[in-house]
Amino acid sequence: MANKILIVDDEPNIVISLEFLMKKEGFEIAVAADGDEALAKVDSFAPDLVLLDVMMPKKSGYEVCEALRADPARAGLKIVMLTAKGRDTEVAKGLAIGADAYVTKPFSTKDLVVRVRELLGGA
Amino acid sequence: MLSGWFVALVAMAYLGLLFAVARFGDARADAGRSIISANLYALSLAVYCTSWTFYGSVGRATSGGLSFLTIYLGPTLMLLFVGVIIKMVRISKAYRITSIADFIASRYGKSQLLAGLVTVIAVVGIVPYIALQLKAIAASLDVLFAHSGGAIAWWGVDSTFLIAAVLALFTILFGTRHLDATERHEGMVAAVAFESVVKLAAFAAVGLFVVYGMHDGLSDLFQRAAASPELERLLRLDSGRAGTWTALIVLSGLAIVFLPRQFQIIVVENVDESHIRRAVWLFPLYLLLINLFVLPLALGGLLHFAGQPADPDTFVLTLPLSQGAEGLALFAFIGGLSAATGMVIVETIALSTMVCNDLAMPWLLRSTWLRAEKRQDLSGLLIGIRRVAIALILLLGYVYYRAAGEAYALVGIGLISFAAVAQFAPAMFGGMYWKQGTRAGAVAGLLAGFAVWSYTLLLPSFARSGWIGGGFVEAGPFGIAWLKAQALFGLAGLDEISHCLWWSLVANLGAYVAVSLHTRPDAVEASQAERFVDVFRHAGRDAELRLWRGKASGDALVGLLERFLGVARARQQLAAYARGRGAGDWRALPVDAGFVQFAEAELAGAIGSASARVMVASVAQEEDLGLDEVLGILDEATQVRAYSRELEAKQRALEAATAELREANERLRELDRLKDDFISTVSHELRTPLTSIRALSEMLHEDPRIALDDRVRFLGIIVSEADRLTRLINQILDLAKLESGRAEWTTGEVDLGQVVREAMESLGQLYRDKGVALAADIPAAGPVVLADRDRLTQVVINLLSNAVKFVPGGSGRVAVRVAAEAGRVRVEVADNGPGLTAEECGTVFEKFRQGGNTLTGKPQGTGLGLPISRQIIEYFGGNLWVESLPGQGATFIFTVPLPAPEA
Repeated sequence: MANKILIVDDEPNIVISLEFLMKKEGFEIAVAADGDEALAKVDSFAPDLVLLDVMMPKKSGYEVCEALRADPARAGLKIVMLTAKGRDTEVAKGLAIGADAYVTKPFSTKDLVVRVRELLGGA
Repeated sequence: MLSGWFVALVAMAYLGLLFAVARFGDARADAGRSIISANLYALSLAVYCTSWTFYGSVGRATSGGLSFLTIYLGPTLMLLFVGVIIKMVRISKAYRITSIADFIASRYGKSQLLAGLVTVIAVVGIVPYIALQLKAIAASLDVLFAHSGGAIAWWGVDSTFLIAAVLALFTILFGTRHLDATERHEGMVAAVAFESVVKLAAFAAVGLFVVYGMHDGLSDLFQRAAASPELERLLRLDSGRAGTWTALIVLSGLAIVFLPRQFQIIVVENVDESHIRRAVWLFPLYLLLINLFVLPLALGGLLHFAGQPADPDTFVLTLPLSQGAEGLALFAFIGGLSAATGMVIVETIALSTMVCNDLAMPWLLRSTWLRAEKRQDLSGLLIGIRRVAIALILLLGYVYYRAAGEAYALVGIGLISFAAVAQFAPAMFGGMYWKQGTRAGAVAGLLAGFAVWSYTLLLPSFARSGWIGGGFVEAGPFGIAWLKAQALFGLAGLDEISHCLWWSLVANLGAYVAVSLHTRPDAVEASQAERFVDVFRHAGRDAELRLWRGKASGDALVGLLERFLGVARARQQLAAYARGRGAGDWRALPVDAGFVQFAEAELAGAIGSASARVMVASVAQEEDLGLDEVLGILDEATQVRAYSRELEAKQRALEAATAELREANERLRELDRLKDDFISTVSHELRTPLTSIRALSEMLHEDPRIALDDRVRFLGIIVSEADRLTRLINQILDLAKLESGRAEWTTGEVDLGQVVREAMESLGQLYRDKGVALAADIPAAGPVVLADRDRLTQVVINLLSNAVKFVPGGSGRVAVRVAAEAGRVRVEVADNGPGLTAEECGTVFEKFRQGGNTLTGKPQGTGLGLPISRQIIEYFGGNLWVESLPGQGATFIFTVPLPAPEA
């Protein structure tokens, strides 16, 4: 069975590219455009990995990540933060609140796929 | 019936009570819990009210009417100059002044000559005053015993002599009980405050008895008095005696500080400068109360004893006795005794300190006997000298009383003393406020004043007593009429007191000023003058310390202290001094100028500043500083003060500059933080479109098998994101130019209506595509403003494209209106979009903030359009803002000022 990935971003064009990229790699994909929708989709879609944008309306990626990590039932869920903010403090913050990886935009599609596979490969 | 023994017993018991109060006060002072409060201090000033007040005021009122009041108006006025008194106290505390003689001597170079002179004047001047107290007690006893017929045989001894002896004994117990010979006596102050209350109560009791017991209140008494032409005169103010009034007010005003007992209480015994401010109103209140019943008593006595031989000076006793009120009479006697005792105790203690420090010590210090006894503790000797002095002063008072007591009424004697101490005024006030006053001047002034006083007041009083011939009063010495003792240089028509005051002060002040101006002070004088006159500025004592140069042995100084203060007290003071300098042990202290000054001040507290100076000089090898050198140091001190003020000012300026710099730095930091944030935000905004471009182009590049329609879609996205990136970069650069002021402007006359029409036209297609209605209300010939046409177009297009972005497709409506109003053109762009909250109305003008994106998803914009537009409008002197409510659309408005009409 294919791994499920939830893509969370408020930039439609980024969602389009990520969705295409991940589908091509054989993953099952769902999409959310803001933080609240992301949490709802995690419940309904039950992804194995979340590609999570940081700067979003309603709830930021940090808040979504914290909410997810607060739920012990989802301990196995992988979280990859995707952000256009590349300062060291922001990377550190993302990792500190429980993200498995932190990828800065613009990213290399090849590298991203490798990271995702690594994270899911162990499972 | 008052028996003689009973009266004597009550009197002794009362004195015992005073003594107990004093013991209590001393005990508390020794325990470090002083009972001297502001109220107690103010009450103790009432030692001013002696038996002269108690008996004599009534006597004076029977002849002089209201003039008795002058003696109390003077002090009240003097206390108004509270700053003078505070300065006196400050100086005295700083230099451990022990008496008024010490004060004057210390100011004029610690002169033994001056100290002795002032002491002699004080003793000669005050002895009659002490005699007066003895006379008052004796007279009051006579009245009591004459009434009762119960005079007891005093073992054949004169009763007045016994009184003097008892008072001497009490004074010795009060003032010299302590073995340490310091200048302050808290127990005595407490006792004096207590006796002040007693005498006030006694006097008021008799007054109330006369007014309400013997008459039907004040109005009854005054009506009866007014009925008699003789008494009616007393109730009127006599304008013919205005000169006398003035003289008496001046005299008593000076006496309140310069009488030795007053100086002792006000200055030497003061423990806290703040107490003076209380005394300024409380003491005059006391004087008012004690004078309230003087006139009623005088009138009541004159009415009651009309036609009988009765001494008005004893009305206070005879009036109650005449009504059989023996208890009240006894109370009045105690009141009078109290007043006399208080005065005698304080006055003789003050005088004995002066006699001991300023007459006996200088003589002893020169005697070979004292040199022989080098190691002996002299504090006991000091106490002994004071005790002998007390006894001698009272003996002198008794002798004067026997010899001259009958010649004058009570008030007459008191005024002689007042006039004597008034001679201290020029040297005192001059010393405190005039640096040019010299020792020679002070000596000359005092001698001149004292001579005139003796010739015009003292000797005539002797003549009146028959001791010497009265020819120099009646006809002038050797028949020279213009030297008549009480009409000098033909100045007749004044009463003797005014006459004496006028001529003595003229001579005194004249000699003081004239001689001062013609003499040069020596080094010590000059430095003392500086210290006294500038006492409030001498907080830092650097210059002081530099005014002493020499070598001294610590052992010798400590030896001096132990000799004069006693070993225990000397050790105590040394330890306290060492603590003050942060040393554990005084033996470890260097024997420097500070140490010498400490020792000299301590000695001054015991033996007066002049003797202390001599003693210190005897054990230290002092370098004589010449006058020029002293003046140099003092001058330098003044300059240093000026420099330090300048320095302070500079430091303040520097601190202000530092604060400004810090603020500027803070602002820079804030700007730096803002710039950092801005760059972070800009990079975020640039990375976002770049992300799509990179991801899509990488996929297209790597996978040639992507379906054609996907390729077309992806390339479309890449193109539009590249376009967005370009716009973003352009706007960032544009904004940076605007903000840094480097933007280029082409300013000319612009038809704003035309600009808006063109902008609407260029965006027409966009509106039509989205199905949004665009309405316009623009004058045919639009208002013309001075601006950059392209920039204004940029603003209008920004507003129009924002509006179309936020209104719903199909039902959206946007209305544009251009109108000229007072001095400006107003352009409105109103839409029927989702509207903005009050908060958003502010934030939409911030960089990279995009409002109203919840309904339509992420709006396509850079977030820089409105900030740029606002910069442009503000450049032209206008405003750009938005008015909106959520759900009711938004109206963006900008104004541009119309050019001023040409004159």
